[in-house]
Amino acid sequence: MPTKRMMEPFWWALFGAGGTVAALLVPIHLFLQGIAAPLGWVSINPTLFGHLLVKLYLFVLISLPLYHWAHRFRYTLYDLGVKGMRQPIAVLCYGIAVVGTIVTAWILWRG
Amino acid sequence: MTAARPDRPKMFQPKMPANWWLKHPKYFLFMLRELSSVFIAIFLVVFLIQIAQLLRGPAAYKAFVQTLRAPGWIIFHIVAFLFALYHSITWFEAASKILVIRRGEHRVPPQDVVAVGFTAWGVVSFVILVLVLLLRS
Repeated sequence: MPTKRMMEPFWWALFGAGGTVAALLVPIHLFLQGIAAPLGWVSINPTLFGHLLVKLYLFVLISLPLYHWAHRFRYTLYDLGVKGMRQPIAVLCYGIAVVGTIVTAWILWRG
Repeated sequence: MTAARPDRPKMFQPKMPANWWLKHPKYFLFMLRELSSVFIAIFLVVFLIQIAQLLRGPAAYKAFVQTLRAPGWIIFHIVAFLFALYHSITWFEAASKILVIRRGEHRVPPQDVVAVGFTAWGVVSFVILVLVLLLRS
């Protein structure tokens, strides 16, 4: 059974990958989809989302930063002094990211 | 093999007040950086819901885009955008300290690594912007 110490580098690698994806890609997508499109400055072509390459890209864009969130949120809770619940917090944070990954894959592949 | 050590000694347990991060501007900025991951995650969940609505059909998608026009959502996305920018800036700066890249015997200076990160960020953002504009409906 994998121990805590063996899993730590695994989660850290996903954190690093997710943080890099978020740093490179999220600001422009937030601007385009969250601000520019609702305000009518651009219109995003809905048919784009049907392409396999776009779906793979969206899968990476959405799933990896969830592990970045999980890792940071976990350690922020520790830093805020939530002691004695370290194991449940870790399981909950990474669990949400794993569930998010599965849901993302399911939504993208179903459509 | 010696007996397994406990994860940390039990003798000394420093007590930190829960508001320690309000006591110094640098601690506060650290907390903002951590908080940026929450805003980024919420945005990505909203984006995923948008994709799900899109795959349900044009009517559901139109309704969802209409929802995002509400002032509350615009304000949320502006705040999230600022957090995302802060994440990118701090991420590339931190990466330059973690990544030790050598050329021959010398370490590539951290400011060069930062420059590469910022350049990549700019190029990628520009390419996505151009693609979305070229392929717009």
